Amino acid sequence: MSTQPVLKTNDLHVWFDLSGGRELHAVQGVSFELRAGERMGLVGESGCGKTTTILALMGLLPSSASVAGQVYLDGEDVLAKGEETVSPHRWRDIAMVFQGAMNAFNPVKTIGAQIAEPMELHGTASGRAARAQVRELLELVGISGERADRYPHEFSGGMRQRAAIALALACQPQVLLADEPTTALDVMVQAQILELLVRLTRDLGLSMILVTHDLPVVAQVCDRAAVMYAGEIVEMGNMSTIYHDPRHPYTRMLFAATPDLLGDEAVVSIPGAPPRLDHEIAGCPFTPRCDTAFSPCPTTHPRRLDVGSGHEARCHLNDHLVAERPA
Amino acid sequence: MSAAERETLLEVEGLVTRYPVARGVVGAVARRPKETVHAVEGVSFTIAPGEMVALVGESGCGKTTTAQTVVRMVESESGVIRFRGREITRLSARSLRPLRREIQMIYQDPYESLDPRFTVRDTIEEPLLVHRIARGKQEREAKVREALERAGLTPPDLFIDRFPHELSGGQRQRVAIAASLVLDPKLLVADEPVSMLDVSVRAGILSLLDGLRKDGMGILMITHDLSTAAHFADRIAVMYLGRIVEEGPAREVVRNPQHPYTRALITVVPKRDPNEQTTPQILTGETPNPIHVPSGCRFHPRCPIAEDSCSRIDPSLQRPRDAATPDHRAACIVTAPGPSADEVGPGGHGSV
Repeated sequence: MSTQPVLKTNDLHVWFDLSGGRELHAVQGVSFELRAGERMGLVGESGCGKTTTILALMGLLPSSASVAGQVYLDGEDVLAKGEETVSPHRWRDIAMVFQGAMNAFNPVKTIGAQIAEPMELHGTASGRAARAQVRELLELVGISGERADRYPHEFSGGMRQRAAIALALACQPQVLLADEPTTALDVMVQAQILELLVRLTRDLGLSMILVTHDLPVVAQVCDRAAVMYAGEIVEMGNMSTIYHDPRHPYTRMLFAATPDLLGDEAVVSIPGAPPRLDHEIAGCPFTPRCDTAFSPCPTTHPRRLDVGSGHEARCHLNDHLVAERPA
Repeated sequence: MSAAERETLLEVEGLVTRYPVARGVVGAVARRPKETVHAVEGVSFTIAPGEMVALVGESGCGKTTTAQTVVRMVESESGVIRFRGREITRLSARSLRPLRREIQMIYQDPYESLDPRFTVRDTIEEPLLVHRIARGKQEREAKVREALERAGLTPPDLFIDRFPHELSGGQRQRVAIAASLVLDPKLLVADEPVSMLDVSVRAGILSLLDGLRKDGMGILMITHDLSTAAHFADRIAVMYLGRIVEEGPAREVVRNPQHPYTRALITVVPKRDPNEQTTPQILTGETPNPIHVPSGCRFHPRCPIAEDSCSRIDPSLQRPRDAATPDHRAACIVTAPGPSADEVGPGGHGSV
């Protein structure tokens, strides 16, 4: 690979303290790379650890969480010394649009003042320069610069979501993490926001991780996808490869459970529910719901295996690839 | 067999539901004009036994108000609602009570719609007690268990004594459905029944509704998700600003859309296959608010194919020129020019 990744995580783990000395292992060894201008989807059901993963990248987990592993931004391990090493990068190099951000604006401050806040806080711009940048940012996300003096209630839902994206871009980050940015929006407004996100990555060279439960949204917007289940990335690769040649049954079954507008196949739900993560799971966590589980699945945890160029999966069905390949 | 040839379960004609906008004390003193939300403006459709009709549209289009008006939770201003041939539009609460058994509603959020202090048994038994249906504990217990089985919560013993917090989202929605089924309804009105659930369990709930439909139940499903409607409904009615703008067999509406609004919607729905994405035809702006409805065709300010007369003529549902089936209709003077398209909309409600 010629270009160095903008963002790289290596064996990232997150545990939450529960009452009674128990722990919830929310993220279990997540590793991936993100290149400049790349759009990656982080997909999975609720509780799979996708939001926890990106909060860990931002260093924004609550104090009840402990983190292990490395997160490299431009080659520097930003988790090495905790807050001390993360805070210079937060918002300046890596920024996030939170789920429901469009409803989290302060109702008594103008949109413009709220977008200028991170600039002043991080010293990237202040006063007149900040105001000028705010107007530029608003124009960039498709809002007239004059509306900087308006209050959140004067914006529609779609406009507030655009403003939330402008806010995340205030300090010109290289990486944008977007957590379910279109979930509460109507399909037409969703299309407008997705188009905006694609345009921003193209025009600004911004890299993006799109966190969503909605596979078709990833199919439309992202180059690559990482499918998470029970705290792990179970499959990752080019979006088209993952759709046409899934190498983990969960990916295949998740696609089959998703109705397609023009598809004719029956839509089939996945039986059962994801496992609880407050105790360690011996074998593959998907075994009880899997339609192709076999002898090693309940007892042996599957390794991460390369199954093609830039395509990896954690499933024993791919174990023969290792046997065939000389070590 | 077309819907008209079958017995009709529900018949809605020219339904109009409006809400007054609160002016507040200041507004009243300042004599601000009284404003009205035109939530539903002349909606007509029918549902036959064993048929699932999906009302599809964006938020604020009036789909939920239509459903609430049909089940008489909200009063209509005009129009007619007939259930099994009998007009129920103005029935008193008292005469409505026996009908409540036959028309049941399923809500969006199974986390909110179940009482956390009720066991599954209590939740499903409650409607039997309210409607004084089963006599004696034994008969009630039998009915509760039967409803659990119909809702796919088998074996009933595994679920009957549990509390909502001990159930997954999908199981909760099944309990809510069981509590409707225990009354043996003829019509289910399901308002976004799966939108709060994880993708992996949605299909299970929708297949459950599909099975009930096959057994003869009529289902009105309210959804914002065209893909779900395309897969599970027999017919789709697309709503925009209080009107049905297109209606027809589900397959026809998504594969051969005739109203420019439906056509745009179809292009912006993300597809599963990354190689099959269509170029989204993104409409600018957002749906106008239903207080100030545009004149003529209410879609004309955002319409890519609008003609001059579209701002004057409020189109009625007509068979489009390019429709493949006779029961496919659209309200558009460009794609579905009709003989009776005049300057007043269906039901005589001009909005100029």
